[in-house]
Amino acid sequence: MLRILRRKSLPVSMTVREALNSALDEEMAADPTVFLMGEEVGEYQGAYKISKGLLDKYGPRRVVDTPITEAGFTGLGCGAAYYGLKPIVEFMTFNFSMQAIDHIINSAAKTYYMSGGQISVPIVFRGPNGAAAGVGAQHSQASYWQEFPFVITFPSYATQCYAAWYGSCPGVKVLSPYSSEDARGLLKAAIRDPDPVVFLENELLYGESFPVSEAALDANFCLPVGKANIEREGQDVTITAFSKMVGYALKAADILEKEGINAEVINLRSIRPLDRATINNSVRKTNRLVTVEEGFPQHGVCAEISASVNEDSFDYLDAPIERITGADVPMPYAVNLEKMALPQVEDIVRAAKRACYGYVPK
Amino acid sequence: MPTMYSSAFASPKIVQHLNLRSNEKPLFDPSKSAPPTSFFGSTHEFCLSKTTTLSSQHRRSAVVAAAEAVKLRKSNSSASPSNLLITKEEGLELYEDMVLGRVFEDMCAQMYYRGKMFGFVHLYNGQEAVSTGFIKLLKKEDSVVSTYRDHVHALSKGVPARSVMSELFGKATGCCRGQGGSMHMFDKEHNLLGGFAFIGEGIPVATGAAFTSKYRREVLNENCDDVTVAFFGDGTCNNGQFYECLNMAALWKLPIIFVVENNLWAIGMSHLRATSDPVIWKKGPAFGMPGVHVDGMDVLKVREVAKEAIGRARRGEGPTLVECETYRFRGHSLADPDELRDPGEKAHYSSRDPIIALKKYLTENNLASEADLKAIEKKIDEVVEEAVEFADGSPTPPRSQLLENVFADPKGFGIGPDGKYRCEDPKFTEGTAQV
Repeated sequence: MLRILRRKSLPVSMTVREALNSALDEEMAADPTVFLMGEEVGEYQGAYKISKGLLDKYGPRRVVDTPITEAGFTGLGCGAAYYGLKPIVEFMTFNFSMQAIDHIINSAAKTYYMSGGQISVPIVFRGPNGAAAGVGAQHSQASYWQEFPFVITFPSYATQCYAAWYGSCPGVKVLSPYSSEDARGLLKAAIRDPDPVVFLENELLYGESFPVSEAALDANFCLPVGKANIEREGQDVTITAFSKMVGYALKAADILEKEGINAEVINLRSIRPLDRATINNSVRKTNRLVTVEEGFPQHGVCAEISASVNEDSFDYLDAPIERITGADVPMPYAVNLEKMALPQVEDIVRAAKRACYGYVPK
Repeated sequence: MPTMYSSAFASPKIVQHLNLRSNEKPLFDPSKSAPPTSFFGSTHEFCLSKTTTLSSQHRRSAVVAAAEAVKLRKSNSSASPSNLLITKEEGLELYEDMVLGRVFEDMCAQMYYRGKMFGFVHLYNGQEAVSTGFIKLLKKEDSVVSTYRDHVHALSKGVPARSVMSELFGKATGCCRGQGGSMHMFDKEHNLLGGFAFIGEGIPVATGAAFTSKYRREVLNENCDDVTVAFFGDGTCNNGQFYECLNMAALWKLPIIFVVENNLWAIGMSHLRATSDPVIWKKGPAFGMPGVHVDGMDVLKVREVAKEAIGRARRGEGPTLVECETYRFRGHSLADPDELRDPGEKAHYSSRDPIIALKKYLTENNLASEADLKAIEKKIDEVVEEAVEFADGSPTPPRSQLLENVFADPKGFGIGPDGKYRCEDPKFTEGTAQV
C-alpha cells in the first residue's frame, strides 16, 4: 500500500495519506500491543482511507470497527492503555472527540498525575482536525475525489480546529503534522510515546504529495516531540504556523520574497509541548512575528505564542505581534463566506507587511 | 417472558432471587419499586408502602434455573458444615474485610470533622457486602474500577489501609502520593484502576481493561484470564456511557462484570424519580447478557452470584450485569445533610446491617465464636488507628512534586528511533519542554 513514485535521482514522493498508512502499518507490525479502533477503520478501509489494507493484514482483533459510541470506545481505549496495551483511537473528525473529551482529558491526560506516577496511558487519539472539504474543494482534492468517490462531508458547524482546546491541558501531548515526513515521523513518535497524544491531522492535506528523505522511509524513523521545524530560513520576519497553514505560509513567503521581504517560516509540529525556544530564537533574529492558525482567535495557539514571545523576547520586538486566525464565528457554509472565515495567503502577506512597516532591508 | 432470559444464557446457571436460608423470610424488600403511577409523587410514599407488586412481577418472570449449589442448600436449613456456603476461614475473611471497611469509613468521618481530611469524601457504610462479596473472589491480577465511593473497594482489593488513609490526608505516602485524593484511588500493584469522579466514567475504562484481557489472550497469546469488575450506582444506570459499554461488552464478549450498587439514591434524587424503568437488571438481557438481581445486604448471597458471574467471565462466556440492592447508611458525602431520605427507610435498612447479619450467620452455624469475632474487631481497630497515626506522621508532598508526573516521558520530547527517551541522548541538546 506504499505507492512510492521513484525515479532515479529524484527524491521519493509520498502523500500524507500514504505516510500515515505506512506509519500505522509499521508500528503495528513492530509491536503487537498496538491496535487501531474507531468508526469505519476496518471494513470500510477508513473513513478517509488512512487505514486502508490494515484489516486484511492484522485482522479484526487489531483493527477494531466500533459502534458509534465515542464516549464508550474512547474510555475503553483508555482502560486498555491503563492495562498495558497501546491503542490508537481514530475519530472520524475531531469534532466527534467532543463527545469523548471527558475521557481524553480526565481518563487519559490526568491519570499519570492523579495516580502519582503509577499508571501511564500510552494512547494516541488521531483524526482530521480543522476545516474539511467543503464545496470549495481545492486543487489537491481533485485526485482524492476521483480515487475515493465516497466523500464524507460534515456540516459547517462541525468543523473546528481543536489545537487550542487540547493544547491547554497538561498531561497530553498535541502534535500536528504538515508534510508527509512530518506525518510519518510524528505518528510513529506518538505511537511509541508513553503518554497520551492527540494527533491532529488535516483532511485537505491527506491527498497532498510531498518529497520525503531516504531517512524517513526507515521503519524506525521518528521525529522528536516538542520540537518545531524551520521550513524556510529568513531574516526579516518570522511566520509560525501548523498543519495546513504551513503551506499557506510558505506560499506567502514566496510572495513576500518578490517584494524584498525574506520570511522565516516555522512549522510548529508540536502544539504541546510548544517549542518556545525555536520561536523565540527566531524572533530574536528577525525581530518581527506573524502567527497563523486556522482556529478561533480567542485563547488560541497564536495567543499563547504571542504571550510567550512577549514574556521572553519583548526587547527584541520591533513591531507588534500579528495574529492571523480563523474568524470568530462558527464556520459558515457558503463558499465565499467560508473563504472569509479562514486565513488565506493574502491575509498572511498583508500581516507580514504590516509587521515590516518601517522596515529597511538589510 | 422466561424465554427471553433462557436465550441469554448458554447454560442457565445464574440465579436470580436467591433464597439461601429457607428458615428466614426473604430479605429482598418488594417495597423498593412501586408501580409507575406513583413516580411523580413524594418519595416518602414509596419507601413505606409494603406492596408485593414487584416480588410477584419477579416471580412471574423468574429465571429458568438455579445454581446447583443453591438447590442443594435450599432444602437444608441446618448447619452441617458440608452444606454451608462458606468455610470458617472464608467466613472470618469476609467478616474481617467488612469490619475493616466499616471501621475505616467511620474513622474517615471522624477525621473529616476534625479537619484532617478535606474535599469530597463519600462513605460506603452499609454497602460493605457488595465490595467484600465480589472482590474477595478476585485474584490480584483482576482489576477493579470504581467511582468516587472507592475507599472500601481499595481496601478489599488489598491496598493497605495506611496507604489509603495517607492519600485521604493528602500526604506523600498515599497510594497516589497525595495527588489523587478520595475520589481518585489508583493502585497499579493491586490493579485498582480508579476512583473516578464522574459517574459513568469508570465503566468504559473497565470495559477497556476487560478488552485488554481478551486481547492478551487472543492476539498476544498470553495465558490471561483476568476479569474486570466495574462498580457503579443506580444513578449511573441512566447515563449513556453505561449503555454504550453494555453494548460493546456483550458484542465482543468481554470478561467484565457490571455491578450496580443500587442504593436507591443519587445524592438527593431517588432512583424511582429518575428512571423510567427502575428495574436495572432487566437492562442486561436487552443487550444480550444475563441480568441478575441480588440482595446486596447479604454478603453470602452476593458471593454466590459473584462466583457465577466471575466464573462466566473467566471462561470467556462474556459479561454479566448484577444489580445489588443495597443502602448507604450515611449521606451521599460528608457534606450532604441527608434530609430527603425517610427515617423509616433508613431504620429498615439499618436493621439489615450486613456485618451483623454475617455475624449472626457465623455464630448460629458454629463457624466462629463471639470471641473470634471480637478478636477480629479489635485487630481492625488497631489497624485503622495505626493507619491514622501513619498518615498523620507522614510528610506532605514536597514542592517539587507539583510539576512531577505530568508526563511519563521525563522531558516531553518523546521516544527516539532507538527506543529510548530522546532526552537521554546526549546529542539531543536544548529543550524548553519542561514547565
